This record gives sequence, structure tokens and C-alpha cells, in this order.
Amino acid sequence: MNSKITFRDVVKTFPLKGAAFTALGGVSLEIADQEFVTVVGPSGCGKSTLMSMAAGLQEPDSGSVLVDGTPVSGPGPDRGVIFQQYALFPWLTVRQNVEFGLKLASVPPAERRRRTDQAIDLVGLSDFADALPKTLSGGMKQRCAIARAYAVDPQVLLMDEPFGALDALTRVQLQDQLLATWSQEKRTVLFITHDVDEAVYLASRVVVMAARPGRIHRVIDVDLPYPRTEEIRLSPEFRRIRNEVWTSVYHQEVPPQAA
Amino acid sequence: MAVITPVEKTVADARQQQPRRSRHRPLLLNAVAVAAGIAVWGVVAALGLVDNLPTPTAVAQKAGTMISDGTLASDTFASLRRVFLGYALGVAVAVPVGFLMGWYPTVRALIEPYIQFFRTIPPLALIPLAVVLLGIGEVPKIAVIFLASFMSCVLSSFQGVIDVDKTLINAARVLGASDRTIFAKVVVPASTPFILVGMRIGLGASWATVVAAELIGAQEGLGYRMQKASTWFEMDAIFVSLITIGLLGLVMDRLLLLAERRLTGWQERR
Repeated sequence: MNSKITFRDVVKTFPLKGAAFTALGGVSLEIADQEFVTVVGPSGCGKSTLMSMAAGLQEPDSGSVLVDGTPVSGPGPDRGVIFQQYALFPWLTVRQNVEFGLKLASVPPAERRRRTDQAIDLVGLSDFADALPKTLSGGMKQRCAIARAYAVDPQVLLMDEPFGALDALTRVQLQDQLLATWSQEKRTVLFITHDVDEAVYLASRVVVMAARPGRIHRVIDVDLPYPRTEEIRLSPEFRRIRNEVWTSVYHQEVPPQAA
Repeated sequence: MAVITPVEKTVADARQQQPRRSRHRPLLLNAVAVAAGIAVWGVVAALGLVDNLPTPTAVAQKAGTMISDGTLASDTFASLRRVFLGYALGVAVAVPVGFLMGWYPTVRALIEPYIQFFRTIPPLALIPLAVVLLGIGEVPKIAVIFLASFMSCVLSSFQGVIDVDKTLINAARVLGASDRTIFAKVVVPASTPFILVGMRIGLGASWATVVAAELIGAQEGLGYRMQKASTWFEMDAIFVSLITIGLLGLVMDRLLLLAERRLTGWQERR
């Protein structure tokens, strides 16, 4: 398998009230190029930590995180990150936010303009290009953040519960939009969520994690064709996989604790 | 995510339902309050309820003479010059120092004890010391004003830097920003609201300090004029200076408020 992102025996602990809290206790995972993988699990299972390491915002205590076979040594524009809290620069307009990464990469103005417009158009924010984030709804803010990540054209998208703060309707819209974009320009996507339906609907593989210590509980293949449609969402096959993921998230038998 | 509770919703509705003309109501009420205040002052003075209180008319006449003989202009200019010099220096030093303290823990640890110590001393209390150390010229006055504005401004810019949302810094980092870029493009704009609040407080402190500073052997200035007028028992001249100080302080604060609105209009306000 042509592995785009590789986690190899990744261990990460945080100091917590004097004791060490094991966020990740030896996690290994391979994500293929252009694959869409979702990670779902209870809080404290280390799913966000996993993403953070792929982004280069945190380092593993031991083990390694590789992207394209090279150890991650810090953040970089080859990996786009989308945060749950949108993280838009509130003093910049939608357009200026989307341009931010392109300016850093010294993309010439004409080219910058074109790619910015393209990214804003892709997420349907053209009418709001000159609006400040404070005037946007939550869904629009997150679409702007997605456009900002797309603009620099990363090969990898790392998404940390991006739709977690949105209402159910907006969430479904953005899921479809994300899949539509992904099917046009295939990227490798690592998508963290706490929503079982979302995890199954988006992914070709769902990674179910368990907490204390954070580890991979099960990996469930989603044998549903793309493009995913409402028909698929309502199909018995979808429900079967959803139930399987649900059970493995909410009824994780407690394993014998390794000391 | 904000969940709108029924109470918040009612408040928001009520706010929207306010008729448009109400926007001018506060201004009208302000004017009424000022007029009423002057009227009360006039009655109290006319009835002689307070000894030596000049009437508004007497003060206005005195203001007229002080304007026509040029003393009000030269006093105002002298005071403003001191305030602006001391204040500009204070802000110019405080903002970079605050930034350095927020950005480098080492700098913070080195500077913070001094700031915390001097912060508890009112700048006015340093005037006697300033006279002994720096003489009675312009320098001690400007130095004390400098200190007053520096103290108000340094802590707010420091606070501004450490309060910058970590997610914003991470968002810039994953887009490929270096530390230098993060500082210039994220930390500076994100802490601007804090700095402007500090600048407003600093301006108030400077203006308050100048009057006291002018009691140290000044030859002109609004504070000096009051001091001199009180020895000659010129109550109307004291009032003219007092009112000028108040009005100028108000104007300067409004100007900064205007700048603040323009520079930080992107903030989500409640």
C-alpha cells in the first residue's frame, strides 16, 4: 500500500495533576494516498492529539509520524488543517483570510487572486468575499476556513471535528460539499469526529479509538460506493455499518489493563 | 457554540425593536444634563450658598478675557505639550516592552518585578523625588507623565500578547508562517484592542498627572494657572482652567475612542 500518512507506535503523555496522562499508548496506523479516513472515539481517546501530530503542532514522546515517508518536523503548507473553532483571523475579510497562506508562500498577485477566488467560489462564499468573520454564521465561518486550507492546495487535509459546532442541517450540507470537492480533487483526508453517522458517511475507513490509554480499538471498512448520496445515507447497508461502528464506540469491552 | 436561550432572544428582539429616533436620545439627554448642571451651579452661586463660588457668568467673562489676552491659549499649549511629549514617549516605550514581555518569558521575568513594584506607587507621589533628581525644568514634569502613561500601557500590551488565541497562532503556523510572521500578522493585530484600552487609560492618567506636575515651579500651564489663581484668590480663573482641563481630556478620549472603533471594528461585540 502506498502510505501517505504513517503513525508508527506513537506514544504521547501529558502531565495531569502530577500524574502522567497517556493520550496515546502506542498507536500505529497507515493512511493511503487519496484515502478518506475518519477517526471516532470517546473524549480523551487521543484522536485530536493524533491529528495534531500529523499537522506537526505536537511531537510524539516516542514512535514516529511520517508523511510521504518523511518524519514530520513541524507544520507546513503541504498539510492543511481545519480546526473546530474555525480559527479565522477576525480582523481580515473572507478574501484576506483565504489569501493568508498564499501570501506566505509568495504566490504572485495575479495567481493569488485567481486561486483565492477559486477557493471562495468552491465553498460558495463569493457574495461574502469582503465580509468580516463577525458577520458570518458558524457554517459560513467554517466554509471560509476550508477555503483558506484549500487555497494553498495541500495534499493532505487534517480536520479536527470541523463540523462539531454546527447545527445538524448545516453539518449535512457541509459533509456533502466536502465529499463533492474531495471527489474532484482527490486529497488524503484525516477527519476527526465524535459523530458516528458522519464518520461512516464520509469515510472509506473508520478508525474507532478507545481511551485510557488512547489506542485504536477497531478499524472498520466502509464498503459503500462514492459518490455518497442521501439514498446511501438511508440505505440498510449504511445502517448496518453505522450500527457496527456505534457498538464499537459505545460498548468497548474494557481490556485487561496493561501495567 | 452559543446556544440562544429564551432570555437572550428576548433581549435581542427588544434591542431590534427600538425605534430609530432613540439613537439621538442619549445626546439630547446629555445636553439636558449639562444645562441642568450649569443652572444648579448658577442658582447655588447666586444665592451665595457656597462661599466664594463664582457664578457661571463670571467664569464665562473671565474665560473671555483669558482668551483675548492669550493666557488661556499659552497655558493650554504648555500643558498639552507636556502631556503629548510624556504620553507619546510612554506609549512608544510601553508597547514594545509589553510585546517583549508577552513574547519572551525571560524578558517578562526580568522586567515584571519592577513593573509590579512601581505600579503600586501613584506617579504623583514621585513628584518630590523627580524634583530632587531632575530639577524643576520641563524634564521632571515630562518624566512623571511618561511614567504614568507607561505604567497604564505596558501591562495592557503585555496582557494583549499573552491573551492571543492559541488556535489563531496554530492556524498561521499550519499555513507556513514563521515566528516573525506570526508576531507581525497575528499577535500585533490580535492585541491591538488591549493596547488601545491601555492607551486610553494612559491618556487619562497623563492628563491627571500634568496638573500636579505643573505645581513644580512651572511658568505657564493650566495647573500652574490654577495654583497662581488660588494664591490671588481668583476663583473664576481656577474654574476656567478646571473646565478647560476637563474639556480637553474629554476631547482627547473621544479621539482615541474613535481610533479604537476604526482599528478594532472587526471585534465581535456584545
